[in-house]
Amino acid sequence: MLRALVPEVLAGLVRRGEDFAAAEDALQEALIEALRVWPEHPPRDPGAWLATVATHRLVDARRSDAARRRREDRLLEQPESEPAGSETSDDTLFLLFCCCHPDLAPASQVALTLRAVGGLTTREIADAFYVPEATMAQRISRAKRTLRGRRLNQPGDLAVVLRVLYLVYAAGHAGRVDLAREAIRLARQLTLATEEPEARGLLALMLLNHARLPARFDAEGRIVTLDRQDRGVWDTREIAEGVRVLQSALADERPGRYQCEAAIAALHDDAASPAETDWPQILAWYDSLVALTDDPVRQDPTAVLARSVAVGHVLGAAAGLRETDRLHEVLGDRHRWHAVRGYLHELGGDLPAATEAYAEAARLATNVSERDHLVRQAVRARVAS
Amino acid sequence: MPKYLLLKHYRGGPEPHHPFPPMDQWAPQDVEAHMAFLRHVGELLEENGEYVDAQALTPAQTWVRYGGPDAAPVTTDGPLPETSDLVAGWYMIDVESHERAVQLAAYISSEPGPGGEPLYEWIDVREVMSGAPAVD
Repeated sequence: MLRALVPEVLAGLVRRGEDFAAAEDALQEALIEALRVWPEHPPRDPGAWLATVATHRLVDARRSDAARRRREDRLLEQPESEPAGSETSDDTLFLLFCCCHPDLAPASQVALTLRAVGGLTTREIADAFYVPEATMAQRISRAKRTLRGRRLNQPGDLAVVLRVLYLVYAAGHAGRVDLAREAIRLARQLTLATEEPEARGLLALMLLNHARLPARFDAEGRIVTLDRQDRGVWDTREIAEGVRVLQSALADERPGRYQCEAAIAALHDDAASPAETDWPQILAWYDSLVALTDDPVRQDPTAVLARSVAVGHVLGAAAGLRETDRLHEVLGDRHRWHAVRGYLHELGGDLPAATEAYAEAARLATNVSERDHLVRQAVRARVAS
Repeated sequence: MPKYLLLKHYRGGPEPHHPFPPMDQWAPQDVEAHMAFLRHVGELLEENGEYVDAQALTPAQTWVRYGGPDAAPVTTDGPLPETSDLVAGWYMIDVESHERAVQLAAYISSEPGPGGEPLYEWIDVREVMSGAPAVD
């Protein structure tokens, strides 16, 4: 797969001293050239081919830039000292640190990661986020301009990299390009490059959620909630891999939020029917999750909100609703807060209150599928009451 | 070919043809029929080669204006008169003529409501000004 070669080749160029932005541009051109030439003339060593063509492009670019002539000469004199051994996993980590530089805004980190590490074209990234190609091209080039002159050789912040990959994954369910699969591929590469258990936690979380994707929408594109999904179409192979990856992460005994969330996803995946869900154990993992921050209501309100559902199942709907009360100030104007309260009211048998909460959630929704789903929930609860 | 925005409103516009309750108070099959019709409109426009864009807006509205030098922007969420316009979303279409835009708007307005009866919703048809002068 062509795109899998991108991190290795790009990292090689940058390590050799090429400017990140220029090298990334040159490699994009080489990729386009490869798509044209390879079908008829497949190269013996695709990585070396890309590196050579990208290097030629870099030299061409510099040749047209008289001010940089001296640097060009120096480059041409230098023998290419590309190590033959494969450093693919290190390369990936190095590039992820470049693309997820803390000086970049999240949207730029995501775009740059998809292009420089994922090897997606600007067009594909633009399509995934429903913006014009020119807008995405500008976002990427501004991001690269921000990185210009930054030292890119010290280790970056792994937490930022994980967050960016999770953003890519989350965007994957909306767009036209399968970003979820791309995020899983990148997370898998990341786990080869770092021993940090949270990287494996993130990969496990993605796999364990992605496994349920085939059941999440019906034939008309309507959202199907977890308690109504056809569990027979869940991807058991992905679940098995997710559980394996999670177990290896947990064995390190250095807990983190992705490991907690993956454990919760694993418990859902493990239940053969909604009634068999192990809510007490899910609640215990939510307890661990919210214990990771000092003031969870303010620092991690979505975790507190998700936990209130587990509280509802273990301690009763009223207890769950009391948990959501604590979040009123922080999340009271969000559709999700009202949706969870609708669910808890329904769990407690108060269908009129559930109807009202779902209807309010629908009014606040910011996504058409979710809005339609919440209208249906409101109608269903009203008809049943 | 001219482009038109076919705007749907949460409120505002001419006197409604008939009053109807919010969708969460409809019968389940009426809700499904309504949503299926809107999906069908999008598909129809694409098949016709007339589709440009379709978007829905949340009902939350914030008015903003320049606050003056060294001042924060001035914002207000209201209160606004009950009759003021509130756009709910649009189809943007690229069609042969104004007549075709009106025809499509009328078709959208026939969307099924409670009891499967047409909503007769007013659709606001607006021509989009083109960016460059037409060739003469």
